[in-house]
Amino acid sequence: MDFTDIHEIKKHVRVYVTVFVALLALTMITVAIAQLHLSVPAAVAVAIFIATIKGSLVAGYFMHLVSEKKVIYAALILTVVFFAALMWLPIFSQSDTIVYKNVP
Amino acid sequence: MEIPYVVTARPETGIFNAKAGIWLFLASEVMLFGALFTTYILLRIGAPTWPHGELDVALATVNTAVLITSSITMVMAWASCLTKDFKKFRLYLGLTILLGATFMVIKYFEYSHHFHIGDIPSKNTFYAIYFTLTGLHGLHVLGGMIVNSYFWGPGSKMWKSEPVRFTNRIEVAGLYWHFVDLVWIFLFPTLYLL
Amino acid sequence: MKTNQPNHAVETVAAPHVGVVHVHEELPFWRRYIFSTDHKVIGLQYGFTALLFLLFGYIMMMMMRWQLAYPDTEFPKYYFVLPIAAIGAIIILMSGIKPSINTLIGILLLGLAALINYIASGEERMPDGIMLPEFYNQLGAMHGTIMVFLGIVPLAVGAFGNYVLPLQIGAPDMAFPKINMASYWAYFVGGVIMLVSFFVPGGAANSGWTSYPPLADIATTGQTLWLFGMVFLITSSLLGSINFIVTVLQLRAKGLTFFRLPFFVWAQFVTAFLLLLAFPPLEAAAVLQLMDRLAGTSFYLPSGLIVSGQVLPNTGGGSPLLWQHLFWFLAHPEVYVLILPGMGIVAEVIANNARKPLWGYKSMVYSLIFLGFMSFIVWAHHMFLTGMGTAISAFFQTTTMIISIPSVIILSCLFISLYGGSIRFNSPMLFALGFLPMFGIGGLTGLPLGLATSDIHLHDTYYVIGHFHYVVAPGTIFALFAGIYYWFPKVTGRTLNETLGKIHFWGSFVCMNFIFFPMLIQGLAGVSRRLSDGGQQYSHAQGVFQLNEVMSVAAWVMAIFQIFFIINLFISIKKGKKASENHWEATTLEWAAAPTPPIAHGNFGIVPEVHRGPYEYSLPGNAKDYSPQNELVKE
Repeated sequence: MDFTDIHEIKKHVRVYVTVFVALLALTMITVAIAQLHLSVPAAVAVAIFIATIKGSLVAGYFMHLVSEKKVIYAALILTVVFFAALMWLPIFSQSDTIVYKNVP
Repeated sequence: MEIPYVVTARPETGIFNAKAGIWLFLASEVMLFGALFTTYILLRIGAPTWPHGELDVALATVNTAVLITSSITMVMAWASCLTKDFKKFRLYLGLTILLGATFMVIKYFEYSHHFHIGDIPSKNTFYAIYFTLTGLHGLHVLGGMIVNSYFWGPGSKMWKSEPVRFTNRIEVAGLYWHFVDLVWIFLFPTLYLL
Repeated sequence: MKTNQPNHAVETVAAPHVGVVHVHEELPFWRRYIFSTDHKVIGLQYGFTALLFLLFGYIMMMMMRWQLAYPDTEFPKYYFVLPIAAIGAIIILMSGIKPSINTLIGILLLGLAALINYIASGEERMPDGIMLPEFYNQLGAMHGTIMVFLGIVPLAVGAFGNYVLPLQIGAPDMAFPKINMASYWAYFVGGVIMLVSFFVPGGAANSGWTSYPPLADIATTGQTLWLFGMVFLITSSLLGSINFIVTVLQLRAKGLTFFRLPFFVWAQFVTAFLLLLAFPPLEAAAVLQLMDRLAGTSFYLPSGLIVSGQVLPNTGGGSPLLWQHLFWFLAHPEVYVLILPGMGIVAEVIANNARKPLWGYKSMVYSLIFLGFMSFIVWAHHMFLTGMGTAISAFFQTTTMIISIPSVIILSCLFISLYGGSIRFNSPMLFALGFLPMFGIGGLTGLPLGLATSDIHLHDTYYVIGHFHYVVAPGTIFALFAGIYYWFPKVTGRTLNETLGKIHFWGSFVCMNFIFFPMLIQGLAGVSRRLSDGGQQYSHAQGVFQLNEVMSVAAWVMAIFQIFFIINLFISIKKGKKASENHWEATTLEWAAAPTPPIAHGNFGIVPEVHRGPYEYSLPGNAKDYSPQNELVKE
């Protein structure tokens, strides 16, 4: 991304505004879906899906991750991997516990 | 001897020092909030019932809009630095700070309402995690407001002496601010809607 | 950072390899030595503070060892207090009338003696000099906390990393000097909070350095201070690690590619990532425990918990295992934070004193990266006895066995590097060589703990204590001593006394094994850790109980050998033999391109340019047996 060219920057500003509108719209959508009272797994899936889209928009355009350097991608990929480990391994170990069946 | 790559990017990495620094900081923040989200999940899995609909969705929706708006004003402040329009920069950064303050005020009303009717952290694990997550997020908003106020006020002197370096600083402050917004985007459905 | 040094000075005074520049710093005293932003001063601040904490942690251990060897007999506290006070007084007297850094250290030692004198008395701690079990628990918890978080990590990362890393990569300073300063002061505040906790009602934290809830949730006020202290220490590590990573990424000298980095820099680089990504979950965990303690929440408290016959008023619904997950998510990588910088130092010293390139440098680097990565996904091997199912246990057991492979590769490479070398047996080298078998024992004794089945017997016994102390005490601490002996000439321009150094090494080496090997035997016999009487009440401990006295005597004798080190340090600062510019005839930039001792700001007279790998020793056809990294390669 070239940040010295004024036209280029103006183009970017238009992108920012589009993203902003999209974020507001998605917020409304997620609130509206919450009013439908879906079953819990479905509601979680939809809400997390929408939040992920919103988060990607913020990270991708406002934090201009779409055109970032390799070093930053590398650091973030590492973080995401460890984040996944931190989130899923405790959940797995919580769901896989020894149950004493024959205790009177 | 000056420290190199404070203003310009190192050719191999393509970034200046502070940008590498802030992204690493945000990486650690991901792990911080990640641990708290893990806590949320484990508590919720372990709970026989989970309160639903006790929080004020309307206020939180307004707050989401406020933070998203503050994100675009932040990015506009940076874009104004790039187009060398200092007046516009101050306007947009000032708006960002005000929107941050608005968020905090709304949050204050929410909190005081909860405290008033006895929804305190020790009531159950839901309120415990709600107050911890939003409280920590609130502290991050406050921290961002302090940094932005510095760049709006005394810190903006650098615009005259080293405009490129100042633009870098605004970019870095912006990255942090957007991250705080991003955390809220996940907090909002997890706490208020689900 | 701006210096007042005119540019032309660099060109005129600079010598071919080592630029000698006299910088006349105009900074006032407090900016130069107290709130300094210079990485070398910050490194020394870290170093001295950490050494003092190590000493304090050591003394707490000696108090505990008295109780274990001679349970419920009067503790002869003046044998411990007076020598420290005497050393402090001598250092003050030696430093003369003009106040200097030595005076300050002397005063701090006197303060330490007073602190020991205070905690080794009092009705609520040691009535009539006899240690109460409650106080034993405080000592146990604080010994661990102080040694790990306030002693070794700040010394290995804060001191050596700060001082050596920018010099080794040819950087003028760390990337963010002010953040570097903030990092030291956050550490300092954290340390002060930990010390203050001894003075609150109920004393310091007493739930072990691991602070497992529900016990820690209902412990005395000291635990709250422990948590606040940890928040500061975590912040400090976080700021430091960001600084290290950015410095390595951005400030390497021209030509210093990643595979020309000294192994020490690699070790610090990987360590910084561990600190950056593993510490935040503990920060979150600490916040949650603070909420439990201060706001009455139940993150870690299950429903219907009964304490002293009373049901706790908390609502419950939380999980004690949550803390263990978050804690060990940090604390296992933390183990590697303790060992990797030590490995880095040992690699430097061995390559330098074997006068040979490191054998398998690249495989060592890849092992290091793999080690760092794997260290994030082995943590639950600390939790085999928490009722985890077999599937998840098998997962963590497998990752734990896998992580031992890169450690073995690094250790083997270091051993093979010795083969065929013309080894110089000086004090840094002795400590580095001592590290190898000691870390080997530490590592191998870890395998039975990583296997879920054998861990059932060994969990929470003295075997665990023996295992991790072999890694950290004769492992990392020997490496740190090697580093101190190796870089002392760089810092001061003088060398440490060799004879005193050798006495220090051999004494410590023998004592270390007498302290820690019996622990493995006791552990195999099934003696539990954290017993304030060393297992005297248990029949299964009777056969090995006498070993307690052996270990305790060895610990006290080892303290005497540390006095040789302290004396050596303070005499050599003023009266040691002058060191030459490149005292050890090393190849890395901190010796080859920077003046000894280094200049105040900026580090290098001429910015060095790198043309070679880090360890080009004994190249065939060369007159001298070392080729500095900044030396041109002849066509």
